[in-house]
Amino acid sequence: MLADIFINPFVDMFAAPDFLMQVLWEGLVSGILYALIALGFVLIFRSSRIFNFAQGIMVVFAALTLVGLHAYGVPAWISVALTLGVMFVLALTIERVVLRPLVGQPDIILFMATIGITLFLIGFGETIFGGENKVMISSELGIPTGDTVMEPFGGLLILQHLDITVVIVATLLVLALLAFLNYTQMGRAIRALGDDHQAALSVGISLQTIWVLVWFIAGIIALVTGIAWGARAGVSFALEVIAYKALPVLMLGGLESITGAIVGGLMIGMLEKLFEIYWGQPLLGGNTETWFAFVLALIVLLFRPQGLFGEKIIERV
Amino acid sequence: MKDTEGYVTADGRQIGGVLMEMRDITLKFGGVVAINDISFDIREGEIRAIIGPNGAGKSSMLNIISGFYTPSVGEVWYKGSKRPPMKPYEVARQGVARTFQNIALFEGMTVLDNVMTGRLTHMHAGVFSQALWWGKARDEEMENREKVEKVIDFLEIQAIRKTPVGRLPYGLKKRVELARALAAEPSILLLDEPMAGMNVEEKEDMSRFILDVNDEFGTTIALIEHDMGVVMDLSDRVVVMDYGKKIGDGTPDEVRNNQDVIDAYLGVPH
Repeated sequence: MLADIFINPFVDMFAAPDFLMQVLWEGLVSGILYALIALGFVLIFRSSRIFNFAQGIMVVFAALTLVGLHAYGVPAWISVALTLGVMFVLALTIERVVLRPLVGQPDIILFMATIGITLFLIGFGETIFGGENKVMISSELGIPTGDTVMEPFGGLLILQHLDITVVIVATLLVLALLAFLNYTQMGRAIRALGDDHQAALSVGISLQTIWVLVWFIAGIIALVTGIAWGARAGVSFALEVIAYKALPVLMLGGLESITGAIVGGLMIGMLEKLFEIYWGQPLLGGNTETWFAFVLALIVLLFRPQGLFGEKIIERV
Repeated sequence: MKDTEGYVTADGRQIGGVLMEMRDITLKFGGVVAINDISFDIREGEIRAIIGPNGAGKSSMLNIISGFYTPSVGEVWYKGSKRPPMKPYEVARQGVARTFQNIALFEGMTVLDNVMTGRLTHMHAGVFSQALWWGKARDEEMENREKVEKVIDFLEIQAIRKTPVGRLPYGLKKRVELARALAAEPSILLLDEPMAGMNVEEKEDMSRFILDVNDEFGTTIALIEHDMGVVMDLSDRVVVMDYGKKIGDGTPDEVRNNQDVIDAYLGVPH
């Protein structure tokens, strides 16, 4: 039994390094998507201390809008542009109707409000686009299909072109976001607002503008994630669940940390795949991916309550 | 003294016309009258102090000037026209920069980033060109960087440029806050107790910086201070407040010899 836990999995890994690479690659693909969603959470949390429960449904809503628009006969790329427009209007509406009247309320009230947004978007999305599963318009968007087969260590490594595209696009988006946050005045304004509202106002930052901006960025992230996951698993309300995978990522990485979101996402993506293949399936009957991330986050929290990269809050008394 | 006329200070500096004028300002919080019918002006190029014992309403006055509070009664005139009710960030964009009594910096960001946020009032490039680091946005960033480096040099905080503000000692934080306000190249700089909680040496440094800023950039400065000695040395004209009322207004010498002011500070039965 002990050998099955501590020795055999590693023996298997070394015996078939090509398979290990395959597992890690697949972990990386989902990991980078987790990281992307977690970034959406972090941005909103940093600039407004709101834990945005609606991030998951925004993924579904964006994907549904895209597919729905195309179904009405709108060309694929114009649908993408229109969907971005819809996400922008959504951000504007949320700021105006939900956030602005609730400024200064306790965090928990704003959190409840995002649950409200979630329920609204579920109902609204179903009414307009219907609740049945749909197929992502991958080929219309020019997302490549097929795969590349490589033979490292004399073994076999299959890279889906779809996955390669996802990794490239998501990486570029993450890098662009980082550059935006660190090297532009708008980015600085976003970070500043999270640190101190009063000071932010005194240097001429408008709360409203920044909130619309971060919710719109969260919307863009939602659309990219929606396309990527939709292309792999179809577009349905079940997609919302992947956003909840961002929760352990956030716990692991720390709610304020952008680095944490990225590293946490990649770690969870790869570790859960490794665990599933080498420990879960042989020992626990599989399907460990649904809970592994949460258990991992729980263990990390036991030792570092602020997460791996979170800000430690020290209060002087 | 007419609005457009200036005056010459004791040390020979020429002070210009009225830049900001508070007219019959009253501020009430529920039944409490924090400021009671106060008028005064701030002239271009001068260092104007507002002093008074605790709870006199000094900070409330500063908050009205910077748009954090809206007066219950009265008008704020700025650069010759009446200012409509504004949000603090709109006031900031009009060239009014401020510091806070309890330091309000962006603790997680470096000194350089903090001071860079001071340039936000001068932002012209749109979000999208910024996102793409495009022409105008890039030029602006370069230009901002240059100006910010100048301010950092001026206030002698080069050595801590890349340090996260959260790690700095109190005195330096105050200086970084001043740098951020200065980076905005404000028409008027508001300092809320710039010397509070400092030791003698830090106070001397800060006084020197305030004088240098006024001298070098010709910035108009309005400051609130507790420390009478410091205020009298620094400022050209002083408003004295007590229990929400104005009890004195004039040069430091005039104020020092004003019986009401002496009473307020030494204490007489009210």
